[in-house]
Amino acid sequence: MREFDYRRADDVSGAVALLDADPDARYLGGGTNLVDLMKSGVERPARLVDVRALPLDRIEPAGDGGLRVGATVTNSDLAAHPVIRRDYPALAQAVLAGASGQLRNMATVGGNLLQRTRCGYFTDVTKPCNKRVPGSGCPAVEGEHHNHAVLGASGHCVAVHPSDMGVALTAFDAVVSYETADGPGQSPLADFYLPVGDTPHRETVLPPGALITHVTLPPAPVAARSRYRKVRERASYAFAIGSVAAALDVGGGVVRESRLAFGAVASRPWRARAAERVLNGAPATAEYFAAAADAELAAARPLPDNGYKVTLMRNLVVAVLSELAEEAAR
Amino acid sequence: MTTATTGAVGTAHTRVEGRDKVTGAARYAGEIPFAGLVHGWLVLSTVARGRILSVETGPVLGMPGVLTVLHHGNAPRLDTDYVGMLGVPPDPTAAVFQNDRVPHAGWPVALVVAETPEQAREAAEALVVTYEREPHDIELFAGRPDAYAADGHMPAVTEKGDLEAELAACAHVVDVEYTTPEEHHAMMEPHAATALWDGGRLEVVDSNQGATWVADELARMFSLDASAVRVRSEHIGGGFGSKGLRAHQVSAVMAATALQRPVRVVLTRRQMFSLTGYRSPTVQRVRLGAGPDGRLRALEHRSLNQTSTVWEFVEPSAGVARVMYDADAHRTSNEVVRLDVPSPTWMRGPGEAPGSFALEAAFDELAERCGIDPVELRLRNDPERGPVSGLPFAGRNLAACFREGARRFGWADRDPRPGTRREGRWLLGTGTAAASFPSGALPSTAAVTAEADGTYTVRIAAADIGTGARTALTLVAADALRVAPDRVRVRIGDSDFGPAGIAGGSMGTRSWAWAVTAAAEELRGRLVPGGAVPPEGITVRSDTTAALGALAQKERHSFGAQFAEVAVDVATGEVRVRRMLGVFAAGRIVNPLTARGQLVGGMTWGISMALHEEAVRDRAFGGLYGADLAGYHVATHADVPTVEADWVDDPDPDDPVGIKGIGEVGIVGAAAAVANAVWHATGVRHRNLPIRPDRVLRAGGTGV
Repeated sequence: MREFDYRRADDVSGAVALLDADPDARYLGGGTNLVDLMKSGVERPARLVDVRALPLDRIEPAGDGGLRVGATVTNSDLAAHPVIRRDYPALAQAVLAGASGQLRNMATVGGNLLQRTRCGYFTDVTKPCNKRVPGSGCPAVEGEHHNHAVLGASGHCVAVHPSDMGVALTAFDAVVSYETADGPGQSPLADFYLPVGDTPHRETVLPPGALITHVTLPPAPVAARSRYRKVRERASYAFAIGSVAAALDVGGGVVRESRLAFGAVASRPWRARAAERVLNGAPATAEYFAAAADAELAAARPLPDNGYKVTLMRNLVVAVLSELAEEAAR
Repeated sequence: MTTATTGAVGTAHTRVEGRDKVTGAARYAGEIPFAGLVHGWLVLSTVARGRILSVETGPVLGMPGVLTVLHHGNAPRLDTDYVGMLGVPPDPTAAVFQNDRVPHAGWPVALVVAETPEQAREAAEALVVTYEREPHDIELFAGRPDAYAADGHMPAVTEKGDLEAELAACAHVVDVEYTTPEEHHAMMEPHAATALWDGGRLEVVDSNQGATWVADELARMFSLDASAVRVRSEHIGGGFGSKGLRAHQVSAVMAATALQRPVRVVLTRRQMFSLTGYRSPTVQRVRLGAGPDGRLRALEHRSLNQTSTVWEFVEPSAGVARVMYDADAHRTSNEVVRLDVPSPTWMRGPGEAPGSFALEAAFDELAERCGIDPVELRLRNDPERGPVSGLPFAGRNLAACFREGARRFGWADRDPRPGTRREGRWLLGTGTAAASFPSGALPSTAAVTAEADGTYTVRIAAADIGTGARTALTLVAADALRVAPDRVRVRIGDSDFGPAGIAGGSMGTRSWAWAVTAAAEELRGRLVPGGAVPPEGITVRSDTTAALGALAQKERHSFGAQFAEVAVDVATGEVRVRRMLGVFAAGRIVNPLTARGQLVGGMTWGISMALHEEAVRDRAFGGLYGADLAGYHVATHADVPTVEADWVDDPDPDDPVGIKGIGEVGIVGAAAAVANAVWHATGVRHRNLPIRPDRVLRAGGTGV
């Protein structure tokens, strides 16, 4: 592998300065994805700026009643945090549904959001891939794509975002804060990932050299009654083929508020706003849950081998919302 | 049995090298230090078929630390015109850099050697190789006109009776096609070897399944005297059939010869997917015909597998029917087709593992047609002699396995109707299948020394690939010597100990125990009670070649009955195995602790085979998609529930060792038991492995 320079940053501004917006430099969090990509030649950074020692490892109350999660908080610590478990249970469940214990001990919140797709063409440097080498083509469209996107994809890229955590964060309107040499910035997670279009290599709104510092969870009482369900091809240690983060507030048999996001169906965690519009104010019954799923999935454009995902997501939405409605009725 | 026992054999013993392994003291091939060691990195083809036009070594030779680049233009010529110890010619994939042909994606085209592995890898990745590309063909399907019947280790075709006439006359007929995908060994430890010349001898420190085997192949390939090659392989992190002679040893020897320095070549996981063999996908057609009583009148089992254009490997899936069931009309055939793919090879339960999936799933379908319980159907069709050979069985205690298994599993309480049990979102079902695997032995030599200090040293070129062989041989030797196991030291994994059989074909422990017992017993006869042992000790050697040849012709196999309970969510396609039980008849069990581990390991792999494992070959590029352990799914702990393995008495008074082998029978039938349970849960037959969520979702079931 390519020789690289390794630097350890002590503070945020120092980290940003060390990276110096150099396109050949990368921030190193837990390294659970970046180091793999360096070994396989997908990433060949000249410099790594290790941000694990930065004072961003806290989960603190935000001013408005929400939570501010530092970018270097590990997945394990996030999932174990008592307030997360109480107020945003789907987030804890999503994190625990991902990777393995060892990986969760290393992986960080900031790194999780910036992890790359596990599309087998992207990770194999002997194959074309528009995300890795713009303009080289997307073999997945005609090739292996049974776990590729059904929503929001384009003919240029049909890869899916692998995060579980991000699905729950998207459902809960999380906001990403970052630092750049020109000062701080913010982006709602829902707008954080760019549409695929014909530029699949451009993945987020982050300016060059930006370092994610926090992810803020706004207060969301509905999130206390939430759930994450992940379907994968083995019971553990596999990426989703479909997942749902859902929260439901039901009163008098009617949905007062809902949150719904899908994983493993698009290039980003997919907020199901069309489904939420159907749900809010509707009777909390399987019939309406299915109608909500259908409203969201009407935009699905499956490929020959991934059409099952439409059925899977519909069934998952109905199953998870039904469980939440049952719990609310108890 | 001729072995006098002091009780070591048959009682549970932890591994003699267990502490070394868990503390890291046990060194594996890729981590043994050598002075002056340099590192080779293989470069693999990126095209699936064609010709190498150029290897641009110039720029790479100028990179830091790079010492040499070997390729077809400068590598020494090898002799591949021989038949090796296992009765087959070498796979040209191992005989690297002999010509400019590229027969598949991931074919070794060059080795870059440098002072450090990082330098070697960087240079290997920078090496430009240009190709003339040719169209490739990787499509395996039934009815390929270029498929042909092939023998491999057994006759391609067996037949008796009039199949069509019998089928036409049968009350119940099953005619179904099953497929199994490309599967990989995926052992923990990657292939690694270090080659060096020491005083005119070639030494290779390796991770393999037979030091004799690899030494013999290297000597033949490099035209060296057998005595000029020493191969050592002390600890092996799994092999499963894949660790024989491969590109890494051969290229390391080439480089060590060219540089006159020790050269290490370690394969990456991704390289292993194209260089170290795999289980071919199979397409199998099974036709069964039975009378109203369920007794078979017609049986046909046909199997097709792929092989490379450079090596013929037969995955003899139809062979299992030659042992399991008889019928008036009985036809089995193994066919292969040559494609632009890597060479497949032996993988745990070759033939039996995929073959039993098809045959035992078809038997379950026949049971449904006949309205006969699947266990009862198998008991009714338990033959008394080999269906094809006509030979008597050296013990066939399959019925005992089924009776004991059914009792413990609670089979009698099963409602035979599918789709009737539900627990929340899960449909529940149970399934069963039979298992068998041949029990063979390979000629082996052993030396046992009585040391002056009252201890004993056993030397045999055995391989402990994680099975516990070293421990098993310690117990066998202790009993033969009538001493406690802690007075016996077993040294293995060194070709200088003399020829011995491989850890493969479930033959290792049987083969080696035979030789160790023979030497130990003779040594005990020579020792004078109370007599002094000279400082150099007293050594007795044995060779089982003659004894093996004198063995009576019989059908020798291990048998087993597999039971599985699964839960299926047809709304998400998830399948979870809830419990599994295997009861086996496998001769004398040497060490119940490690034996149980082997059987449970095989059954676990059966779960993995049923639900997870599948290497996906990309049509456009001809190579694999996702060739790593994130893309190639093996069962995780969470997929493996309570798995119990046990055994029934299975003595064979006529057999000199009584050990049958347990390395492979555990996987056989396991996938069928799971698939049959999925049918029982959902009412849907899944005939294509693995039973992935998308397949279950598409197929639906009673719960939808």
